[in-house]
Amino acid sequence: MYRYDQFDHQIATERVAQFRDQVRRRLSGELKEDEFRVLRLQNGVYMQIHAYMMRLAAPYGMVSAQQMRMFAHIARKYDRGYGHFTTRQNIQFNWLKLQDTPDILADLAQVEMHANQTSGNCIRNTTSDEFAGVAQDEVVDPRPYAEILRQWSTFHPEFAYLPRKFKFSITGAVQDRAAIEINDVGLQVVKNAQGEIGFRVLVGGGLGRTPVIGSEISAFVPWQHLLTYAESIVRVYNEFGRRDNLYKARIKILVKAIGIEEFRRQVEAEWTLSKDGPGTITQAELERVAACFTAPDYTPLPSTDAAVVALQRDNKAFANWLKRNVKSHKVSGYAAVELSLKRAGAAPGDATAEQMDAAADLADKYSFGELRITHMQNLVLADVKQSDLIALWKAAKINGFATPNIGLLTDIICCPGGDFCTLANARSITLAKAVDERFDDIDYLQDIGEIDLNMSGCVNACGHHHVGHIGILGVDKSGEEWYQVSIGGSKGSPANIGKIIGRSFSFAQIPEVIARLLQVYVLERQAGERFIDTVRRTGPDPFVEYVYATPVPEDEKLLLPDYDLIKHGMSYDTPYYSPRF
Amino acid sequence: MLIKNNALVTDEWTVLRLHEGEAADRVTVPAGKVIVPLPVWNCQHEALQGRKELGLWLASFERAEDIPDDIHRFPVIGVDFHKYTDGRGYTLAYRLRKQLGFRGELRAMGDVLRDQLFYLKRVGFDTFALRADKDAADAMAGFADFSLSYQASADTDEPLYRRVNRGNAA
Repeated sequence: MYRYDQFDHQIATERVAQFRDQVRRRLSGELKEDEFRVLRLQNGVYMQIHAYMMRLAAPYGMVSAQQMRMFAHIARKYDRGYGHFTTRQNIQFNWLKLQDTPDILADLAQVEMHANQTSGNCIRNTTSDEFAGVAQDEVVDPRPYAEILRQWSTFHPEFAYLPRKFKFSITGAVQDRAAIEINDVGLQVVKNAQGEIGFRVLVGGGLGRTPVIGSEISAFVPWQHLLTYAESIVRVYNEFGRRDNLYKARIKILVKAIGIEEFRRQVEAEWTLSKDGPGTITQAELERVAACFTAPDYTPLPSTDAAVVALQRDNKAFANWLKRNVKSHKVSGYAAVELSLKRAGAAPGDATAEQMDAAADLADKYSFGELRITHMQNLVLADVKQSDLIALWKAAKINGFATPNIGLLTDIICCPGGDFCTLANARSITLAKAVDERFDDIDYLQDIGEIDLNMSGCVNACGHHHVGHIGILGVDKSGEEWYQVSIGGSKGSPANIGKIIGRSFSFAQIPEVIARLLQVYVLERQAGERFIDTVRRTGPDPFVEYVYATPVPEDEKLLLPDYDLIKHGMSYDTPYYSPRF
Repeated sequence: MLIKNNALVTDEWTVLRLHEGEAADRVTVPAGKVIVPLPVWNCQHEALQGRKELGLWLASFERAEDIPDDIHRFPVIGVDFHKYTDGRGYTLAYRLRKQLGFRGELRAMGDVLRDQLFYLKRVGFDTFALRADKDAADAMAGFADFSLSYQASADTDEPLYRRVNRGNAA
C-alpha cells in the first residue's frame, strides 16, 4: 500500500498543528461556531446528538494492520471502545470530545493517516473496489490513480468551498464494485484498442433526495490527463453549481439542468486551457506511486487445498462460510476473505477495539499485514492462502467475524439513523437489529440468496436505500417515524434506482413487509434468479399486490417503549461534553 | 488596514458599495482612489475612462464572461465574498491570474477570515481586507498553515511531483 514520503509527512504534520490551533481558538471562544463548523467538518468532525463524531479517512478503503491497531487505540482511548465502518470505506467514532480531536489527528499522522476532507463541501475520500489488485475480473489496478487523486484533492485551494460535497469513485474491474454510477464522478480504468490505459468518466450520479445515475462525459481520457480533466469538471461545477438551495447543489442537478452535452462542452472548453500543461501526470510519478501497489510475495500453490475441500464436505457451517465469505483470487491457491461486521445484536459495520486488534492480527498472520474496508461495511483480507482458510475461519468465529452472511439479507447497509444522527427522521440501526432477529435462520437466508437490503434514516440516503434491492427510507409524518419501502434498486452493473411500493409503514411493520416481499420472490423466482432478477423480470406488481393484500400486523415486541434498551442494553446516557444538551 | 506582503499597510483605496436605492448608473463615484463595483463600471465607464487610479470589484457570483476585456487597465481588482463559504471567488481569482493574466493587485474583500487566507493566497490573491471585527495582525499567522502543497495553482505552476524529487518513498 502507499507509504508516505517526507513531503506527505510534512503536510500531515502541518495539518494537525493547524487544526489544533483552530480547536484552541474555538474552545476559547475566539472562533464562533459558524466560523468553526466548516473547519471541523473538513477534518471529519461532526456535532451529533450525544457527542462529537469524527470520521477518519481510509483512502480507497486500504489500511495496514498497524493502522487498524491505531483505530483500536483511538476507540479505547477517546471513545467507548468501538467504532463504525462506513459505506465510504472510512471509520467513524461517535462518542468524542472536541478537545481530543487534535490528539486523534496526531495519533493518526504517526501511522500515515488523517481525517482530511471526510466531510464538508469539498472533494471527499475516493472510494474504490475492495478487491482491487486481486480480483479476477480486474483490467487495471485502480489504486495508484486513487492515490494520485487523493494527493491532488488534498487541500486543493480552489475547491474547499464547493456548492456541496463531491465524491469520486474508481474501479478497474469489469464488475463495478465501487458504485461508480452513483458518485459525482465515477472513473472506470480501461484499456483502449491500442492497449493504452485511460478512464471512462461518468459524471453527475448520486443518491440523496434526487437519485440520479451518472452520465458518461468521456469514453476515454488517457491516464496522463486524469488530473487536468478532473480539475476542469470541478472548476465548472464550482462556478455553476447551484448555491441557493442545499438540495439542488450537487453536480447531478447542474448536469441535469444544462444536459450532459452542454456540460461536456463546458468541461472540454475548460480542459483545453490546462491539457498537456504542468498538471499532466508524469510517468515517473505514476511509477513512484504504483511501486507501492505491487503484488505481495505470493507462494506458488495448487488451486485447491485438500483439507479445505474435506471440511467443506463435512462441516455445513464451514461450507456456508466458504460460500458466502470467501471470494476468488487472481492467484492460484489464494482467496480473498470477508470478515463480516454484521452479527446479531450489533449495529451493521460496528467493531469493538478488541475486534480491530484481532483483525489486525489476522491480517499480519494471513494476509501480508493489509486489510480493506468495504462499502458494504465489512472487512477484507485480500491475500489468504487456501491452506490457511480453516485456521482463519476458526479465528474469525472466535472474534465474531464469521457470520456467513456476506451478500445475504442480514448483510444490511445502514446509516447511524435516529439513534445518533441529528438529520434522521427515523431509527435505522435499531430497525436493522429487528430485521436481524426476525431473519436469524441461516438456511432460510442461504435459500433467499444474494440480496441487498439498504436502510437510510432520512433522504440524505447515507444507507443508499435507493440502490438496495430492498430499500427502506425513514420518513417523518407529523413528527412520527415511518418507513417507505422500495424494490428493484441496484448499486452497479448496471445501477438502478428502486421503485417505491406504496404507502409507508411503521417501525414494527417492517420485518413483516420484508417477509412478504421474500415470500413473493420464493413463489415467483425461476431457476438461478436472485431477488433483483425476479423483480426486474416481473416488475413490482406481484410484490406490491401481496404486501398490501391484507393489513400488515405490527410485531408486538417492537412496540415496547424501550425495545432497543431492553433487548440490547445500549446505553443512552448523555456524556458530560455533549454539544446538544 | 490591509494585509499586503505579510504586513499590515494602510489601505489607500476606498471601496464604493451600492446601498439600497442607489443606482449603478447614477451613483457618484468620489474622487481619489476608488474601487467601484462592476455594475458601476459597466454603466459609467465612458465617464470613468480617463481616471487612471480606479479599481474594480467583482461579486463572487460574477462569472468569467462578465469580466470586462480591459481588466489590465485596473491597478486593483477586488473579489467580494459575501460569505466565506462561497467558493466561487476562488475560481474567479484563479481565472483572473492564470487564464486572463491579470498582474495587478488582486484583493480578497468581504467575509475574509484567518482560516481561509492560505487558500486565498494560493489562488492568486495578494491583498486581503480582513472582516472589520477581526484582528488582522493575528490573522496573518494563517499564511503559515502549510509550507508546501500537492497541487499547482496560481501561486505555483507545477504540482509537487514536478517541483521536488519524490523518488524516495519509504
